[in-house]
Amino acid sequence: MKSGGNLEAVLNAGEFAITGELGPPRGTSIEAVREKAAHLKGMVDAVNITDNQTAVVRMASWATSLIVIEEGLEPNYQMVCRDRNRLAMQADILGASALGIRNILCLSGDHQQFGDHPRSKGVFDIDSIQLVNMVKNMRDEGKFLGGDDIDGPPKLFIGAAANPFGEPFEWRVHRLAKKLAAGADFVQTQCIYNMKKFRQWIDEANDMGLTEKIHILAGVTPFKSIGMARYMKNNVPGMDVPEDMIKRLKGAGKGKVATEGIKIACEQIEEFKEMKGVAGVHLMAIEWEHRVPQIVEQAKMLPRPVITPGSGEA
Amino acid sequence: MIVAEQKPIEEIMKMLHGFTKVLNLGCGGCTSICLAGGQKEVDTLSHDLRQKYADTGAAIEIGEHTIERQCNADFFFHLDDLVKEYQAVISMACGAGVQFVADRYPALPIFPALNTTFVGVDLDVGWYEENCRTCGDCVLGDTAGICPVTRCAKSLFNGPCGGTRLNGSCEVDKELPCAWYEIHQRLKSQDRLELITKVRPAREWVNQTRRTVIQAPYRDRYQK
Repeated sequence: MKSGGNLEAVLNAGEFAITGELGPPRGTSIEAVREKAAHLKGMVDAVNITDNQTAVVRMASWATSLIVIEEGLEPNYQMVCRDRNRLAMQADILGASALGIRNILCLSGDHQQFGDHPRSKGVFDIDSIQLVNMVKNMRDEGKFLGGDDIDGPPKLFIGAAANPFGEPFEWRVHRLAKKLAAGADFVQTQCIYNMKKFRQWIDEANDMGLTEKIHILAGVTPFKSIGMARYMKNNVPGMDVPEDMIKRLKGAGKGKVATEGIKIACEQIEEFKEMKGVAGVHLMAIEWEHRVPQIVEQAKMLPRPVITPGSGEA
Repeated sequence: MIVAEQKPIEEIMKMLHGFTKVLNLGCGGCTSICLAGGQKEVDTLSHDLRQKYADTGAAIEIGEHTIERQCNADFFFHLDDLVKEYQAVISMACGAGVQFVADRYPALPIFPALNTTFVGVDLDVGWYEENCRTCGDCVLGDTAGICPVTRCAKSLFNGPCGGTRLNGSCEVDKELPCAWYEIHQRLKSQDRLELITKVRPAREWVNQTRRTVIQAPYRDRYQK
């Protein structure tokens, strides 16, 4: 095993995986993290801990990850290229691995202009693909980006993101190929609503032989309301929400939209289970952590597999 | 060309506080071409300043002069005597010119009248666009002549991020084209997409300390 982590073991065992998401608090409350974590425990194989998501300052991703470990969950430590240069990144990667973090998700990061410090200086010393490659070389070659040897290399399962819906569409599968070539072990996708387009993307990835070499977790975010669906459609760049999805939510009637949203998400998960090249789902229930147990149950994904150490090895 | 914009007049007046005789020095180079700091703009700014000072009842004497370029010593010789008559100089050059003036007359306070904005091109009269961040390690040969350092909001090197909108614009602004969308479209039309399908490794940034260039034929002259 590359990392010795649970997510890697579950995926290597060929189990259909599920990851969740937890946004750190905008303050020092450990309790806030524990409360969110409690809803996710036993429900997901790993939980993404976001890194200043939407460019808004929050508790550090590594610190929140450590709290989550104490709560018996496996964190997927997110790291964006916006806020740190290669020195800070490598230092944090060493610390994270030393303290028991086993997964890292390498991201470019939302532009600082979106956040609460819109005139901060974006770092972008390296990009997300270069970050993947840096972690890969730290782990497998035991080398810092600058070329020096690492005294005790980090052990991390390396993740990247993919947005099958960003333009230009035909480029997106090549971007996935680049992330694989750079060293990514798994990929979590942007929230999927346009199933037809997603199928086209995954078919291309299958045809190129990529899905045999990289675990793809399909992104699922249940709609809580029609307003949320409209917001995602009109305001979140790179998001593709078909109009008939919104129509279906509207048809659910007053007070039943959230239930319908969860139903749609579960139907999607059922489809993903049968889809060649999809190794699991990434459930982003944004500020809806308490509904995760219900969603995972309804999607027939319980109980989560427990892999005995060593049995996941091929 | 280097493009610059005039600072708000209030900011310039704040810098000039306490001085009663200043020279407003224009530049005939880039800032003249981009209509920010040439002879005409020296006239206009001096006029506006006199008006503002008159309105507040404060006294100031503003001399006006424009030299061909504020970034080369050859154009300064006749200025050396002139500046002695003034307490301070307002420079209407880019940041490089302002510093060149300050280094030449170290005893004299120098104030920038402009904000140097970027290296760019003319889209039309009075309309300019940034195209180069002078990173010192040009990749345009691989990116279809479109600079990812300047024109991608995240200066990415390996293709568009997940934020490219359905109309091909950048996540930060619906009106701003995604540089990598454009790079992809142009390389595709040239049938050269293989240039961007390989992983481009982390770059060595060479613009983190002050740079000097000595061209090869002159190395014997300047380098001992």
